[in-house]
Amino acid sequence: MRIPGIAALAAGLMAFAAGAETVAPTDVSYTDGAVETPLTDAGGDASNGRVIVGDKSQGNCIACHVVSDLADVPFQGEIGPPLDGAGERWSEAELRGIVANAKMMFEGSMMPSFYKVDGFIRPGNAYTGKAADETFGPILSAGQIEDVVAYLVTLKD
Amino acid sequence: MNGLAWMFGAVSLVGAGAVALADPVEDTLVLNGETEIVTRTAAPEHLDGVFDEVISGWLYREDETRVMQADDFDNPGMIFAELARDAWSVAEGSEGKSCADCHGEPEDMAEVRPHYPKWNEEAGEVRTLEMQINACREDQMGAEPWKYNGGDMVNMTALLSSVSRGLPVSVAIDGPAQSTWEQGKEMYYTRYGQLELACANCHEDNNGRMIRADHLSQGHINGFPTYRLKNTKLNAVQDRFKGCVRDTRAETFAPGSPEFVALELYVASRGNGLSVEGPSVRN
Ligand code: HEC
Ligand code: HEC
Repeated sequence: MRIPGIAALAAGLMAFAAGAETVAPTDVSYTDGAVETPLTDAGGDASNGRVIVGDKSQGNCIACHVVSDLADVPFQGEIGPPLDGAGERWSEAELRGIVANAKMMFEGSMMPSFYKVDGFIRPGNAYTGKAADETFGPILSAGQIEDVVAYLVTLKD
Repeated sequence: MNGLAWMFGAVSLVGAGAVALADPVEDTLVLNGETEIVTRTAAPEHLDGVFDEVISGWLYREDETRVMQADDFDNPGMIFAELARDAWSVAEGSEGKSCADCHGEPEDMAEVRPHYPKWNEEAGEVRTLEMQINACREDQMGAEPWKYNGGDMVNMTALLSSVSRGLPVSVAIDGPAQSTWEQGKEMYYTRYGQLELACANCHEDNNGRMIRADHLSQGHINGFPTYRLKNTKLNAVQDRFKGCVRDTRAETFAPGSPEFVALELYVASRGNGLSVEGPSVRN
């Protein structure tokens, strides 16, 4: 099932509400898995990014990754590599690409694509088990991706 | 995230490092001090190149949870099996017959559970135990079918599993069942939902690792139905499938659907050789 048009529209509305220029999920351009252009021109907020990474209902990144800086958040997963030092291993553009669509950097990766709206098999309406409807959009908004990237950049060993 | 799993997780994180915690434990399951349960064994041939060994979900659970399953007086799932034992001899439907009239004691059915899902020649379909129970109710008893995963049904599957505990799971995957099995296999490797995760991503590639607070097992179904501490009830196997697919942010399938019947046959076959364990205890 593919509903990019609707999702792109939703993303457009979100951007309008936030008063910032936003790159729609279907317009993101990847070069070797990296994304040079920020997804919004509002700039990333690292402290909000830190919250998103640890929050089960937002990025929930620690379901799969250990982040020592988030030691206060219990139960960090072991599916992907620890994110400690990610800001040293990867450039900002690479981190943006990994978070937006990790499969562009790591072929076949188990890491979900957080800024993608099409190509799914039986996409659902969040965790309800029901089919996706017109509210379907990327898991994280452009602004949230930029916040997460701003936070990852600060993770130096 | 549920209260109990959170609590157990917290206890073990204090006691052990995350890595040590992630391996399945070394332990043996002997039910009621007498029935030896096979919880690890050589993988069936069709899993060549995937696993050397198949390992029961029991070995991935916390000490407290494992202990509960070892004794029928501590295993809350057995209460539900006992309820079904009462239902077993109650005559119902236009024929005025009970299960007992055709099948004798529940213990006489020990050879049943290990072979399901199973091809039914007359019906020309692969049947789960639930489907067969309802076929008996409708065709033999003239009674109303039970809701696919309703309480009566789950209890009855618990009873029929309980009398098979210790016998090896042994579902046939060839012959007329093969195309259904292939369909289930394809589903097992399909990356469903917005998270694009297949059963294999979690239970094949990452079993033994923690995903947030959950310790991923190989995802076998020899322990079903399972009494889960999370929701304090018996859980049918296809309700577990439904939950796992839902958790990929997907439109899930319905219990009893042809898709889940196929998936159940395939997943059951991955556990061929493990002992039937249901009703088991899980978190
Ligand atoms: C379901 C599991 C899963 C989730 C959820 C997940 N990741 Fe990942 N991530 C992985 C895996 C696996 C890799 C390793 C790359 C590969 O080989 O596929 C990875 C790799 C990465 C890397 C590169 C790590 C390095 O230093 O080499 C970064 C950065 C990253 N993830 C960030 C994130 C962020 C930020 C989030 C949440 C917004 C997130 N991940 C959510 C599984 C996950
Ligand atoms: C995002 C990860 C994930 C995916 C994908 C997933 N599961 Fe699970 N599954 C879990 C977790 C976590 C548990 C609970 C811990 C355990 O028993 O492994 C679980 C438990 C199970 C169990 C219970 C095992 C037991 O011993 O009681 C079965 C059976 C199962 N899964 C089958 C499946 C099937 C079939 C699929 C695909 C349709 C699937 N899972 C997809 C995460 C997942």
